[in-house]
Amino acid sequence: MALADATGFPYGLRVLVVDDDPTWLKILEKMLRKCSYEVTTCGLASVALQILRERRNKFDIVISDVNMPDMDGFRLLEHIGLEMDLPVIMMSIDGETSRVMKGVQHGACDYLLKPVRMKELRNIWQHVYRKKMHEVKEIEGNDSCDDLQIFRNGCEGLEERGLFMRAESDTMRKRKDVDKDHIDQDSSDGATVKKARVVWSVDLHQKFVNAVNQIGFDKVGPKKILDLMNVPGLTRENVASHLQKYRLYLSRLQKQNEERIMGAARQDFSHKGPSDNLNLRNSFQEQPGNGASGFQHSSQKIQAQNNMLDPHLEDTKIVVPLKVPDKSGTPVSDVIDPQNATSASPLGGVLSFERMPLNQDRKPSETMILECQSWSGSVPPKQFMQYPKHNHERCDLLGDYSCLPKPYLEHPITPGHLYAPSPLVSMSCSMEGDLRDFSDVKPDLLGCMKSLSPALTCTVDSVSAQLSDSVVTSTNSDQKFSSVEGLSSGKDCHFDQARNQAPSLISEEASTICGTDLACLPDDLSGYQLGLNGIDLFQCNDAMMLHGLQNNWYDDPELSSEIMEFPLLDGCLFA
Amino acid sequence: MECYNLQRQAACLKRSLFDQGYLDEQFYQIEDLQDEASPNFTEEVVSLFFKDSARLMTNIEQAMEKNPRDFNRWDAHMQQLKGSCSSIGASRMKNECASFRNSCRDENAEGCMRSFQKLKREHGVLRQKLESYFQLLRQAGPFETATRPGGA
Repeated sequence: MALADATGFPYGLRVLVVDDDPTWLKILEKMLRKCSYEVTTCGLASVALQILRERRNKFDIVISDVNMPDMDGFRLLEHIGLEMDLPVIMMSIDGETSRVMKGVQHGACDYLLKPVRMKELRNIWQHVYRKKMHEVKEIEGNDSCDDLQIFRNGCEGLEERGLFMRAESDTMRKRKDVDKDHIDQDSSDGATVKKARVVWSVDLHQKFVNAVNQIGFDKVGPKKILDLMNVPGLTRENVASHLQKYRLYLSRLQKQNEERIMGAARQDFSHKGPSDNLNLRNSFQEQPGNGASGFQHSSQKIQAQNNMLDPHLEDTKIVVPLKVPDKSGTPVSDVIDPQNATSASPLGGVLSFERMPLNQDRKPSETMILECQSWSGSVPPKQFMQYPKHNHERCDLLGDYSCLPKPYLEHPITPGHLYAPSPLVSMSCSMEGDLRDFSDVKPDLLGCMKSLSPALTCTVDSVSAQLSDSVVTSTNSDQKFSSVEGLSSGKDCHFDQARNQAPSLISEEASTICGTDLACLPDDLSGYQLGLNGIDLFQCNDAMMLHGLQNNWYDDPELSSEIMEFPLLDGCLFA
Repeated sequence: MECYNLQRQAACLKRSLFDQGYLDEQFYQIEDLQDEASPNFTEEVVSLFFKDSARLMTNIEQAMEKNPRDFNRWDAHMQQLKGSCSSIGASRMKNECASFRNSCRDENAEGCMRSFQKLKREHGVLRQKLESYFQLLRQAGPFETATRPGGA
């Protein structure tokens, strides 16, 4: 695909462009094509994440706008950094230093101002290259043979694609040869991770979270976590960078939560009775072992119970899964390290939500679901922060945890029940809440809501009716601009599928996913299939995002100070 | 020659759009992207812009009606429109967007209303002019491509 000519220019660099503005999307696509890059366009951040998750290793770089209706560009940046570790370039019409700084803090490789010129785009390959070099350095710093294997695989991939200058390739080849002996000797260990980057699967992330919780968030350190996790092939650097991202994520959740608590008005939600919960529970139980691919089924089941959950979830926004330090701010957030994110991670933490705002209105179903998420972990629920009130307005996926209800609510859920439902639940909750709050809820969400079964309440219907036009529009836009197959048409049904699948994740994996699921669901709501191969812990609730709140999330003065915590990783981050 | 006149008219129209500040450099960038693979690229982009900007303006209008004095919301919508204007170099519109946003910052609802009305007018005028422009181009002949006026 990619062939480098004598100059070494990386033709065929695979770029994913995300921008809600269809005009810009068309222009950027054309510009990138003219640079001889391979372009995929996407009009929605949630779709972009979906694409990236499904085609994990098929992209080299992502370019994204900052202001998008369904998800804040910075949030997308976080997700990508945690899950896929791809270089991300931000774009905006707004060149204010504070915004640019935010981009940098969240791990953007570059920040382009609109109108973007072709010459700026022509040079984006250097970010890909730079990142690879940093990965190489990370790997080299480690004695593990598996890391070398990873590196080698990564280099091979790059070489094949001719993405690098010939000279660089030679250097890499030399390294490979040197390490070849090591690798051969340990071939039986066999790189657990054969990919170029460490992929933080749900399982892995869950292990990570468990380890963090066991150690105690305050005392946590990459080495300790690494030891506890006991995953062959994982390096201290991998863990360190992941930890950094995780902290950033948690801190952001915390901030959001704080804002909600302060600003949001409680909403009254109609509850569904305990019977709903039971239904929910049962539905989840019914689908054991669908595995990662089974998410779709779960979602369907859950769908019916959405409505129940919705209102409650709103109430139960749980903020940070893991021991988020209390509001006064233990440094939790770090710069996201471009390593990878396990979707499961926050779940571990999340479950512990302390924060249950105690919304008595919470639907028991919600409670159930959330409580079910007693992941294999053993993290005692009391570990987490407590929030006096939660804000219904948003149910960020990334912060999905915020949606989780308090564990000790009226209808305690037995651990036996599964996690899978939870994500769905939260999704529906979020949506519902949003619908109530805003008339301009993302069209996609509404579309999804519409597709939801009868369980949806009138609120949803009315809102969705309102948005029908915009839903159509966005669908069209998606069709137009998304090169992902079947996304636009499949919107509604994917959502259904996703719902059905969730309950199937009853297995262990599911447990780790719980948070993920929660996080994932809102994405599904946008009408796209969940690629729940585990990761989607961080799927965004962004759909739920309130427009007005968008800009508040990242104003975290503590963040910058926290960045200094892991100097080793900083280098990587700002590579 | 008929053709030549049409071409010249198109070129003149375009030059005047630049001179009067309706369009800026970005429009040239768009035209430069046009090639054999996309022979009508400029027109496609422009028509996409007008369709999308009409939608954005409707959103703003609705927001102004349903959410009075919700300046944050208005500003957010306008930010979107401004970004869109920058795509084809709709310079006057972009300036009006900026002025609207300033009014939002000052919480000046009246100022916002006025800005918005101006914006609607600019939108209409630009659309009309560009439609004429593309029509001239089409009439001038298929081999006629949008080129920069000499010295412009």
